[in-house]
Amino acid sequence: MSTLHTVNKSPFEKTSLDACLSHASAGANVLLMEDGVYAATKGTAVEQRVKQALDSVKLYVLGPDLMARGLSEDRVIDGISVVDYAGFVDLAAENDKVQAWL
Amino acid sequence: MSETIKQFLYLNRKAPYGTIYAWESLEVVLIGAAFDQDVSLAFMDDGVYQLTKGQDTTGLGMKNFSPTYAALGDYEVKKIFVEKESLDERGLTLDDLQHLVWEDEDDDWAEKDSIKLVSREEMTAIMDGADVVFSF
Repeated sequence: MSTLHTVNKSPFEKTSLDACLSHASAGANVLLMEDGVYAATKGTAVEQRVKQALDSVKLYVLGPDLMARGLSEDRVIDGISVVDYAGFVDLAAENDKVQAWL
Repeated sequence: MSETIKQFLYLNRKAPYGTIYAWESLEVVLIGAAFDQDVSLAFMDDGVYQLTKGQDTTGLGMKNFSPTYAALGDYEVKKIFVEKESLDERGLTLDDLQHLVWEDEDDDWAEKDSIKLVSREEMTAIMDGADVVFSF
């Protein structure tokens, strides 16, 4: 039973990311999208929290949302996979359900 | 009628695209520029993300409004304050932001920087000094 968690809020404005990472079980998939993509970038105040999560969950970030915000892929923390919309669809299809953290 | 010049401060604290605040703020600033007032823009918290360079929204199907910030100088908007602590928390530096300028007609139209990096303490003073604060 695998779950795809989606986080679409900035980690600096909402607790959505922290709540998600605190509740996602080992082996879960977490997709950062919309303003959630800021959590995927290097050098931020939440970088350690995100890196720590990589030990137990798989993290993805939506490429078009990075591009829109002027964030190139080389700013993304190592270990986080960049996916496009088709990749998002694949993730949704491969997992048993999608849980959104708003 | 006597003209009272007020100090207007537009305070931007939201990231672009995820919500409409950033775009709405820019529209209000441009409309407000038609009135002769002393206008300043402040960017702090997630608002600093509005000014990142290289924004490309083709994948989103949304309008990329970031080039409009470069036009602010032509609207006599010359004071743009960016909070350093907010950049630091987000792993950003001034180099990650657009280089915004205005032309000084009293100095042979020399291009001058619009963005001023300020500390949290300085931002507090900027807010205190404003007559009106518009929050976005």
